[in-house]
Amino acid sequence: MCGIAGLIHRGKSSKVGHELQGMLQALKHRGEDSTGYALYGDTDGKNFIMRFKVGENVGEGSTSVAEDVSVYDERKKIVDSYLNEMGAKIIKEERILPYSLRYEIEYNKKDLLEFSQKIESIPGVEILSMGKSLEVIKDLGNAKMVCDRYNLDKLVGTHAIGHARMATESGVDIKSAHPFWGYPFSDVSVVHNGQLTNYWNNRRALENKGMRFMSECDSELIAVYLAEKMREGASLEEGMKESLTGLDGVFTYFVATKDSLGMAKDTMAAKPLVLYESDDLVAMGSEEIAIRSILPQEIDTYDPFDGEVKVWQI
Amino acid sequence: MANIKSVSKKTKAQAMGMHTEVLTGRTQQKFFNPDEAENFYYFGTHDVDFNKRTDLDVKDMTAAEANKEIDNLMSQGYGTIVIKNPQGKHSLGVGILNKLNLIFEGSLGYFGMGSCDGPIVRINGRVGWSCAENLMAGKVVIEKNAGSCFGAAIRGGDLICKGSVGARTGIDMKGGTIIIGGDAGAFTGFMMQRGRIIILGDVGINLGDSMYDGTIFVGGEIGSYGSDAVDADLTKSDQDWLKRKLKVAEIGENFDVSKMKKIVAGKKLWNYDNLEPTEKKGAI
Repeated sequence: MCGIAGLIHRGKSSKVGHELQGMLQALKHRGEDSTGYALYGDTDGKNFIMRFKVGENVGEGSTSVAEDVSVYDERKKIVDSYLNEMGAKIIKEERILPYSLRYEIEYNKKDLLEFSQKIESIPGVEILSMGKSLEVIKDLGNAKMVCDRYNLDKLVGTHAIGHARMATESGVDIKSAHPFWGYPFSDVSVVHNGQLTNYWNNRRALENKGMRFMSECDSELIAVYLAEKMREGASLEEGMKESLTGLDGVFTYFVATKDSLGMAKDTMAAKPLVLYESDDLVAMGSEEIAIRSILPQEIDTYDPFDGEVKVWQI
Repeated sequence: MANIKSVSKKTKAQAMGMHTEVLTGRTQQKFFNPDEAENFYYFGTHDVDFNKRTDLDVKDMTAAEANKEIDNLMSQGYGTIVIKNPQGKHSLGVGILNKLNLIFEGSLGYFGMGSCDGPIVRINGRVGWSCAENLMAGKVVIEKNAGSCFGAAIRGGDLICKGSVGARTGIDMKGGTIIIGGDAGAFTGFMMQRGRIIILGDVGINLGDSMYDGTIFVGGEIGSYGSDAVDADLTKSDQDWLKRKLKVAEIGENFDVSKMKKIVAGKKLWNYDNLEPTEKKGAI
């Protein structure tokens, strides 16, 4: 059991970090092994924001092996040198935690595949997100702990999706935490609640096509699956509709891009989702209490039906 | 089987074949005496007055605190309780085994009104998953939409949703009536064993999948039939019953019930072993 939440403001920006924190914290009983945020902040759109990690959080019940901080330092140095080699200029650098970093970088090439492959060829380094608006922040603990640790409360943006995880099929670590970046597509992220039963078949097929998996978490498949569909030329919505038959199992997932937010529910409707929709805001979550955390007044909500796909624009 | 009219009450159940073995150990045989029906009551129930009314604001309460306070108010004789600010909390109003007029001014989360027996409930909002699960008697009316597993395993009572409901409505239900004013999701009536479901709108795929018994009436389109769910003739008595039920439910009173579809179990999946334990031993 995990909890997912998402919101999109249409025609305005808001403190989406704070709002999503409230929504995910209301769902913490669904799992607090780890919590992740995919926040779409207001930026000038010129530079890429790269969130990446050079190690794991080894506290708080983590299944990861402890490493010395000097190992993280060494990896960071290699990342910096590789960026330099590829002509990417670091505009701003933040080391939020010894293992977690945020770079603003000037990089003019559109294809991020080569870029990502180069950076992730460094053992222990994973790009959590790459985009001109998207920032994926994920770590162990509940929503409030992660929000406080990364100071997300003040982040202003248009939309966001997040995940409160109860680890079931893979480790308690950051690499298995959601959201997953839709590698190598800029500004694409996914969160998922459910289980995928044809994970290995799909993974093998996608890996044969050159797609990359960083974890053994079945949810990562959705991000890779959609990225591959878009690489073949499908729109986000088309890819999501295909996923209803291409992915087997029970699932409700959200996917977000720079300017849109979508949801898909499997054909058995086995996983919960409650949705609120108005002219200027769409909010959704595994349970109504997530929506109530930002809209305490009486509102009309509903459960999307089985096999339903919806996409909203900012 | 013996003629049950000619035997004493004490041996009626045995005559009907319900007990063919003498139970030993700590188990005791108990027989229901219809003459004592009025003396049956749940431990801890209260004598309440419907005209005695109060409000309860649960905004800052946990579900357990709110439910305890409802019980406390019933112990003081309050028969009408209005719950303010439920704000989508889970498990509100569960386990009420009492006559009570309960009104929620807002929406409930999961498992609202679960395992109840007797109360009349109106929810002026939406309900989450598994509303009124295991309802045994009473009436629950939801003014807006409901989540999945609506009325799971209910054994009696009337469960009414004026909006639309999610998947698996009436799953495993064993009695009672579920009435939906809008649409219903996939697997409605999944493995239902008895009771009736009325859907005025459309219904999703696999309607009545693996149903053992019971009846489903659908006013709109059906996504697909589940395994062993088949059409049946809508009789005049069905239509009369539907009209009465919709009127009582304050929903679709002018609905043309003559055009509704009636779905029942094809009973091709039935594979009951009707041998009693003692007969099994003999067969072996």
